[in-house]
Amino acid sequence: MSYEELLTETALANERVIVMTAENRALVRNLPAVLGKRFIDTGITEQTMIGAAAGLALRNRIPVIHALAAFLTMRAFEFVRTDLGIANLPGKLSGFIPGFLSDANGPTHQAIEDISIMRGIPNVTVFAPADEDDLVKMLPQIWQSPNPAYTRINTRKTGYEHEPFELGKAEVVATGSDVTILTYGLMFEQALIAVEILKNEGLSVGLVNMRSLKPVDEAIILQTAASSNLIVTLEDHFLTGGLYTIVAEVLLQYQTTAKVMPIALNERWFRPALLPDVLQNEGFTGKQIAERILGYQTGHTQPSILTPEFSE
Amino acid sequence: MENTKHSEQELKAIALNAREHIVRMSTAGGCFTGASLSAVDLIVYLYSEFLNITPSNLKDPNRDYLFLSKGHDVPALYGTFAELGLLEKERLQNHLSLNDHIYWHPNTHIPGVEFHSGSLGHLPSVAIGVAMDIKISGGENKVICIMGDGELNEGSCWEAVLVANAYKLDNLIFVIDRNHFQANMRTEDLIPLEPLTQKFESFGAAVQRINGHSYTELHQAFTAYPFQKGKLNVVIADTVRGKGLPSIEERADRWFCNFSADEVDQLLLELHGEHTTSLTSETLIVR
Repeated sequence: MSYEELLTETALANERVIVMTAENRALVRNLPAVLGKRFIDTGITEQTMIGAAAGLALRNRIPVIHALAAFLTMRAFEFVRTDLGIANLPGKLSGFIPGFLSDANGPTHQAIEDISIMRGIPNVTVFAPADEDDLVKMLPQIWQSPNPAYTRINTRKTGYEHEPFELGKAEVVATGSDVTILTYGLMFEQALIAVEILKNEGLSVGLVNMRSLKPVDEAIILQTAASSNLIVTLEDHFLTGGLYTIVAEVLLQYQTTAKVMPIALNERWFRPALLPDVLQNEGFTGKQIAERILGYQTGHTQPSILTPEFSE
Repeated sequence: MENTKHSEQELKAIALNAREHIVRMSTAGGCFTGASLSAVDLIVYLYSEFLNITPSNLKDPNRDYLFLSKGHDVPALYGTFAELGLLEKERLQNHLSLNDHIYWHPNTHIPGVEFHSGSLGHLPSVAIGVAMDIKISGGENKVICIMGDGELNEGSCWEAVLVANAYKLDNLIFVIDRNHFQANMRTEDLIPLEPLTQKFESFGAAVQRINGHSYTELHQAFTAYPFQKGKLNVVIADTVRGKGLPSIEERADRWFCNFSADEVDQLLLELHGEHTTSLTSETLIVR
């Protein structure tokens, strides 16, 4: 099932759902015909769209709100914080092309602080599915929850079949005593490759798909800290404010510590190019991640990475 | 004025009482006195005559909606609420107290406040969402959003006008409290707005420009609602900052006031035209 199919099914089953976009129609092309007046395109006005979503939610609607992640979370930041956050209204933000998925657009379109700023708003929940299968398993609960929610939309196919989703819970893909990779979103795809390489090199390797970054699965983080010699936080996000920071907060809160290797973008935007080249250039392919953890080069080959279709 | 629920004298009496409440809140920490006084007649008219909002229908989905986007006018709103039975008068004595929620900007702890405000340029879009839902649901409710003229500096106000025009929201009325001042100075000396009527008209709105202290003109304008089928309604109400207190009227430095207890007593007399106050309290610029 695709994102659009799920949204169509959900909106047809529930009159409360209103689909909104600030002229970002890539994922909602067929919805105007299906929903009629319950589809609202406000044009390139992220602020007005969020304010209007708050107004719709005041009238008991559930607005599912689309825009590019960078503009949804940053152009309209204060509207999200003030109109949805303070009032705790169930506006459901779908941020398109987050992280490396903005590939060749350039730094204006790079949402690599989105997790950080959205999770900083009281009442706002934050989610990052690993792929399309994960996305469609997560969204029904996200849309049903009473809170504002921000979801990093990721419609890539990895072939991995995910467990049912539970809000606030991570998905343990594998457990291992030498190293455990904690990741979310797009990087899950490369983490799967890294895990295979690390296993072939003789390590006991764990992998956790975080899924829900706020509320976060504290128990999994604490368990990993206790059971694995090394935690790797892997994310296409700035080093500040994302998963690495979340792990640090949890460990400190529970007065424990762990050896943690962060793989993230440290105080810089990434060099724009098509996605496979971005991952290679930034050192975020599965093979590069594995070799960074190992500390040496291996003879493994990196599987090819699909270039996403251009869509804005 | 014809076909009104109240006579002009009655409306003026409500407004005078609301102004007294504002003056009483302008001490021990103070409030946005000058800004609030310009909006009193507008707010009194809308709640007394135009809107279907009563103490008993505040949760009714068929009620009308008023959004005060110019949030610092909140003393005018609460003063009016107190006179119309929406808010217990005694609660106004809790102004700025931790024991209540009567502070410098509106919040939904106060019955009748539809949405919090304070950050300018937000409620035009929130009002749009409500107006859109009423269109989708097939309701007849009216939706009003009051904005300040200084607030019109915010780009989001104009975004909202574009979107309201695109969606033909003729159930929505943007009311501009055009007191010709922004926080520290005259609007035309900082970010000129005129010709304001033409600006809104060129964005597709149907505009009425009136004297915002004349109940006759307010009544003429609002009884013409909807001004034009399929068009956003805009009322530009020309008003006077500090209206009712000649000693602070049209003064750039009396946006926010924190008077001494003695000055409050004198200003209450001044409201009744019996006195002119000589103010010695410091002026406050908080922005």
